[in-house]
Amino acid sequence: MWPVRVCISLLVFAAGTLPVFAQHEYTQSEIEAGRQQYASNCSRCHGPDGDNVANADIGHGKFSRASSDEELVRLIRNGITGTAMAALPNMTEPNAQTIVAYLRSMASTAAAVAALPTGDARRGKTLFEGKGACTSCHRVGDAGSRAGPDLSQIGTLRRSVELHRSLVEPDAEITPANRFFRVVTKDGATVTGRLLNQDSFTLQVLDAKDEKLKSFNKSALRESAFVANSPMPSYKDKFNTQELSDVLSYLSSLKGQ
Amino acid sequence: MMRRALLLILIGAGLLEAQVSFDRIIRSGQEPQNWLTHSGNYNSQRYSTLSQITPENAKNLELQWLFQARSLEKFEATPLVVDGIMYTVQASNDIVALDAATGRMFWTYSYTPAPEARPCCGRVNRGLAILGDTLFMATIDARLIAVDAKNGRPLWNTAVAKPEAGYAMTVAPLVIKDKVIIGTAGGEFGIRGFIAAYDAKTGKEAWRFYTIPGPGEPGHETWPANNDAWQHGGASVWVTGSYDPDLNLTYWGIGNPGPDYNGDDRTGDNLYACSVVALDADTGKLKWYYQFSPHDEFDYDSTQVPVLADIQWQGSTRKVMMWANRNGFFYVLDRATGEFLLGKPFVEVNWASGFDAKGRPIRVPGMLPNAQGVLILPGNQGGTNWYNPSFSPKTGLFYIPTWANYSSLYTKRPQEYEEGKNFGGGTPRPTIPTGTRTAINNYAKEDEGYGAIRAIDPHTGEMKWQFKMTDFTDAGVLTTASNVLFSGGREGYFYALDARDGKLLWKFPVGGRVISGPMTFSLGGRQYVGISAGNSLFAFALKQ
Repeated sequence: MWPVRVCISLLVFAAGTLPVFAQHEYTQSEIEAGRQQYASNCSRCHGPDGDNVANADIGHGKFSRASSDEELVRLIRNGITGTAMAALPNMTEPNAQTIVAYLRSMASTAAAVAALPTGDARRGKTLFEGKGACTSCHRVGDAGSRAGPDLSQIGTLRRSVELHRSLVEPDAEITPANRFFRVVTKDGATVTGRLLNQDSFTLQVLDAKDEKLKSFNKSALRESAFVANSPMPSYKDKFNTQELSDVLSYLSSLKGQ
Repeated sequence: MMRRALLLILIGAGLLEAQVSFDRIIRSGQEPQNWLTHSGNYNSQRYSTLSQITPENAKNLELQWLFQARSLEKFEATPLVVDGIMYTVQASNDIVALDAATGRMFWTYSYTPAPEARPCCGRVNRGLAILGDTLFMATIDARLIAVDAKNGRPLWNTAVAKPEAGYAMTVAPLVIKDKVIIGTAGGEFGIRGFIAAYDAKTGKEAWRFYTIPGPGEPGHETWPANNDAWQHGGASVWVTGSYDPDLNLTYWGIGNPGPDYNGDDRTGDNLYACSVVALDADTGKLKWYYQFSPHDEFDYDSTQVPVLADIQWQGSTRKVMMWANRNGFFYVLDRATGEFLLGKPFVEVNWASGFDAKGRPIRVPGMLPNAQGVLILPGNQGGTNWYNPSFSPKTGLFYIPTWANYSSLYTKRPQEYEEGKNFGGGTPRPTIPTGTRTAINNYAKEDEGYGAIRAIDPHTGEMKWQFKMTDFTDAGVLTTASNVLFSGGREGYFYALDARDGKLLWKFPVGGRVISGPMTFSLGGRQYVGISAGNSLFAFALKQ
């Protein structure tokens, strides 16, 4: 399960960039560590897809100043003089190596959305609020329900491939904070929603129905548990390919204030 | 003349009683109104004969006072109480003297540690020791400081080790006779650990025991002959030891070898890392040792409190030591000889399958960190850790703050030694999904790990009962002669259980993590229970 080796062979290169081949095979564990390092150190400028900075589409293996893993490690640690890419004095070499592992993995897994037609964020917004009825569970800015994950900044947090997977396979990966929760009180009332907190004696829930914050004594409950599946439907057949691409473009454009 | 002599003797006796003599500490069981050492007494049972609070009336406990520390560091100290005065440490290194009845402050001694201090896990302190009218504090920049208990005036200040090389001290010192004994932390920074004794009057070093033997000393052969791994192999000490006055032996738990997760350059058992050592209290000479985790690569510090008791063992009374280890096993050893008597897992364990006749763990093949990552139970924080267990002679049960269903994915990488720099050689990753546990939110499921108090029969290692918590716990345990057990946890409750069956008797939301051990004392005929939690120190007693 864990020691899956990722074969880095699907790097996509564009003209004018150096052809970079990974010198190493990376483990899933290194890639996961790199994902966290990338989120903390790189994502703010480069974005979750690694394509926010002009001429440096690092999420697709397009590096203009590096041709080897070792050079990438050096570049991550030392920065690039004269650019916004600052040196990271606290970045250790092993941690920088995990970022390289993650970058290689990003390039190899980006194919799922690369095949989609170009999306239109404006059309996506209309679909999101209309045909998709996404706001019945999700909130963007000050509109929509608070029952599901707030998507106001989702474009800064998730890669397009991850968003695509959530749209077509909502059960594939549910982050712990987004697991839906169900409570049945001893007098038969049922509440479903988001579990915000719990301890040995109490539970704190956001009721999906009325969006009220509710606290329960566990001793007053008949049952309480996470709901196995995501309450979100799959949009695989609800949206066509173009519509999926439009919604993805809209979600990727959501970057908060 | 006769009358005058008698008067002088009486005055002398009065003075002696006001001071905390070594004799008083040995006989601390006779004055349960006080809490004279970090663990309450030398046997470290965290058991008190005070019995005003009972399973029947515990529901009437109420807060008497609370002291808010001027510190946002973790509050790990167990206070001392001496004749109505409470002494504790506000992290990092401020000693405060409080009226134990009201929480009002008499004085504060503030020490500013050197900026070079670089402890791995917070600028914390676990408490003080007292002898005569002098308090002793080990500091985060590896100094030992003596302070006048009446007014907070510093008396001496001795450099124990170099903070810039990664040495730190978080331990509450242990006073034995005229010496103050400490150990050095820094296992994540490639130190060479030691336990040392200092003259209580002068602060001069009396003896030193290196927890990694040097060339020519027994045990040195458990480190490679062709490199200097032993010189920075860790084996730190950061939890207070125990003492048996009859055997004149002091017992200390030793931390992990370094690099923590990569043993390639330190082949061998790496003594005395992950061991308990029994030292002559006068000379620091090793009498015996037992190594819980030979050649550890999981950061299984054996920095737990050695719990001493004389119990019935196979038909006769035996002087034993009980030990719930971070590696997931519960042990009973003969504390006179170090003989292995029992080893039994108290949580899920997958790195060892049992023990050979001498008590050496039998390793499960392949259960070692590698580049890909190997899932090990218990995980990096262990089945338990440094927070104290308790043994109740009344119930005969041993109580363990436990991390259940808990694992880590261990990976290793090459590691060069550089003075004062982290010396890990790998990473243990939590296997529960990122974001599951944060300071304020907890959305974990039970199969992703939970905290518990587990009660173990030391004769068999079998669990008698457990009290489950939703979150993990770093809280110690206190038991009393009236069968009340006190503890807490990360989720911010302090509670009382029935020590016989684990039934919840009372709880109080302290509003912050309990990362310390409870203690008890009495004043004016009332029994109090003290606990540090969040950034405050709470005192509870029965409603009047």
